[in-house]
Amino acid sequence: MSAANGIALEARDLTRIYGRGSEEVRALDGVSLQIRKGEFVSFMGPSGSGKTTLVNLLGCLENPTSGELDLAGRRIFGTGDVLGERDLTRIRRELFGYIFQNFYLIPTLTVRENVALPLAFYRKPGVEGEVESLLGLLGMEHRMNHLPGQISGGEMQRVAIARALVNRPEILLADEPTGNLDTTRTGEIGEILQQLNRSTGLTILMVTHNPDLGRLGGRHIEMRDGRACEA
Amino acid sequence: MISKFQIASKNLLRKKARTVLTLVGIILSSWVLVSLLGFNRGYEKALNRDIDNMGYQVMVMAKGCPYEAATMMLQGGAGLRYIEENVAKSIETRPEVDKVTPILMQAYFDPNKGDGGGIAGYFGVDLATFPAMKPFLRFHKGGWFKEPEAAEAVMGYEAAELEQRDVGDLILVPEKNVQLKVVGILERTGTQDDGTIFVPLKTLQKISGLDKITTIGIKVKKDADITGLENALYQLPDMQVVSFSQVKQTIMKLIATARVMVLSIAVIALLIAMVGVVNTVLMSVLERKHEIGILKTMGAMPGDIFRLVWTETLILCASGGVLGIGLALGFARLSDLLVRRALPYAPGGELVAIDLRLSATTLLTIVVVGLVSGMYPAWKAGRIRPLDSIRSEA
Repeated sequence: MSAANGIALEARDLTRIYGRGSEEVRALDGVSLQIRKGEFVSFMGPSGSGKTTLVNLLGCLENPTSGELDLAGRRIFGTGDVLGERDLTRIRRELFGYIFQNFYLIPTLTVRENVALPLAFYRKPGVEGEVESLLGLLGMEHRMNHLPGQISGGEMQRVAIARALVNRPEILLADEPTGNLDTTRTGEIGEILQQLNRSTGLTILMVTHNPDLGRLGGRHIEMRDGRACEA
Repeated sequence: MISKFQIASKNLLRKKARTVLTLVGIILSSWVLVSLLGFNRGYEKALNRDIDNMGYQVMVMAKGCPYEAATMMLQGGAGLRYIEENVAKSIETRPEVDKVTPILMQAYFDPNKGDGGGIAGYFGVDLATFPAMKPFLRFHKGGWFKEPEAAEAVMGYEAAELEQRDVGDLILVPEKNVQLKVVGILERTGTQDDGTIFVPLKTLQKISGLDKITTIGIKVKKDADITGLENALYQLPDMQVVSFSQVKQTIMKLIATARVMVLSIAVIALLIAMVGVVNTVLMSVLERKHEIGILKTMGAMPGDIFRLVWTETLILCASGGVLGIGLALGFARLSDLLVRRALPYAPGGELVAIDLRLSATTLLTIVVVGLVSGMYPAWKAGRIRPLDSIRSEA
């Protein structure tokens, strides 16, 4: 498989086991899936079904216990491979942007500074002017110099989305991105993600409990007992 | 765009009260440290200057003289032992000696001095040798005596101020009822010369009815063997030798003992401040565990996080150090006064000497100690894994 074929990621028999001996928990049980570039995939399922674990493994936030993962045509995990924190960070900053339920904005930095934060650590070539452009795209240009404490929850998540996209990632991972928002704001964020996917071809992997939000994705994967099945 | 330095400095503003309290600890410890180091240097410098300002390194006087000098002060000159003037001439012939000056010290009871009267001290000095031995003496007004036997006096700055005398005024030598004309007032030197009244040696000998002297001041040639000279002088019958280098050494030994104690306290104060730094930065790291995890998802390497947290320590220590040293410089005069009150003997001049080099060395010490203290919290922050922080939130 390769990027030229339009495959964003491919997982084969991914397994994640936590704990040892009798305390062993099989959080992910041999999941295999293929995600094409530009797909908007929503992962749904009850709590403890393994959806977050799967997205964390796909997003290189941790190592699988076994299985293989290819990202953009590159083998990331082969069976038995364990990557160190540095290697995982290198992959993450090249390929991924992340948004979470809690927005994790730095309270003492302005909206503009929060969006520019990833660039202090890693800057892809050609991202000049990306901060202003993203804030404009997300309708936050009038809030650039505000502190996070001065904006609403929905606006905070927009800032977090801009921050996740500032280094032009190939894949956006969203873990319960509207978990802390009301219905109206949830709808707004859902629309933004859908628009980003359609207009920029950004691959989005989203974990959600919200069926309405889940339906926005073009592809739904239902998680049950650590196994994935297409809905 | 935003730099790591800006991120670190803005992080410190989150818990302002905690940051300020930590800063106060560093400020106080750097203030104490630089002041003590400044005192260490200043005291030695001031003591050296005092001794150098004596003009001579060795003094010879009749044996028992120090005790009799005390008697002189109490009883007005009775029972003093004297030296023949020719002893000074014989000492001058020694190869180690550069110059000698004979001095006659006399004290008279002045009933008009103070509430119940007091002692007025006079120094009979040789016009040919004494001024040459103390070329650094500057006149506030007037100058030295015109003739070796003139009925004239030169007053130290404080003596003139106390007696309220100006050049051209007359002073009366108590008990002897002899009038002397003030021909010069010295500038303040910060030494005992400030309180002295200098009279031509021959004049004081005439007033006191003596043709002898009490003391011989000896200036030794550069690089000469002072110890050898002192040993030779000890052989002179009924003579006592006072070496200022020995006096200096004795005082410096006492000061060195005190210095070790005081510096130990300063180091402890510094260490306590640094424990405060570790506590503040570590607390801040633990509170921001989730954010640090998120920074790692954004592409921050463990080294980036280490440097970010280390920069916070650097900002705390450097700003605390600069403020503490600034305060030490600003209040150096106050420290000087406090130290002077606490010490049994304090030489004249600046006791707490803080210069640019000392300030830079102290700042560097504080920053280095701070950075070493900040290594643990920075290392701990660098090891935070993004998933741990996200999981701990869930």
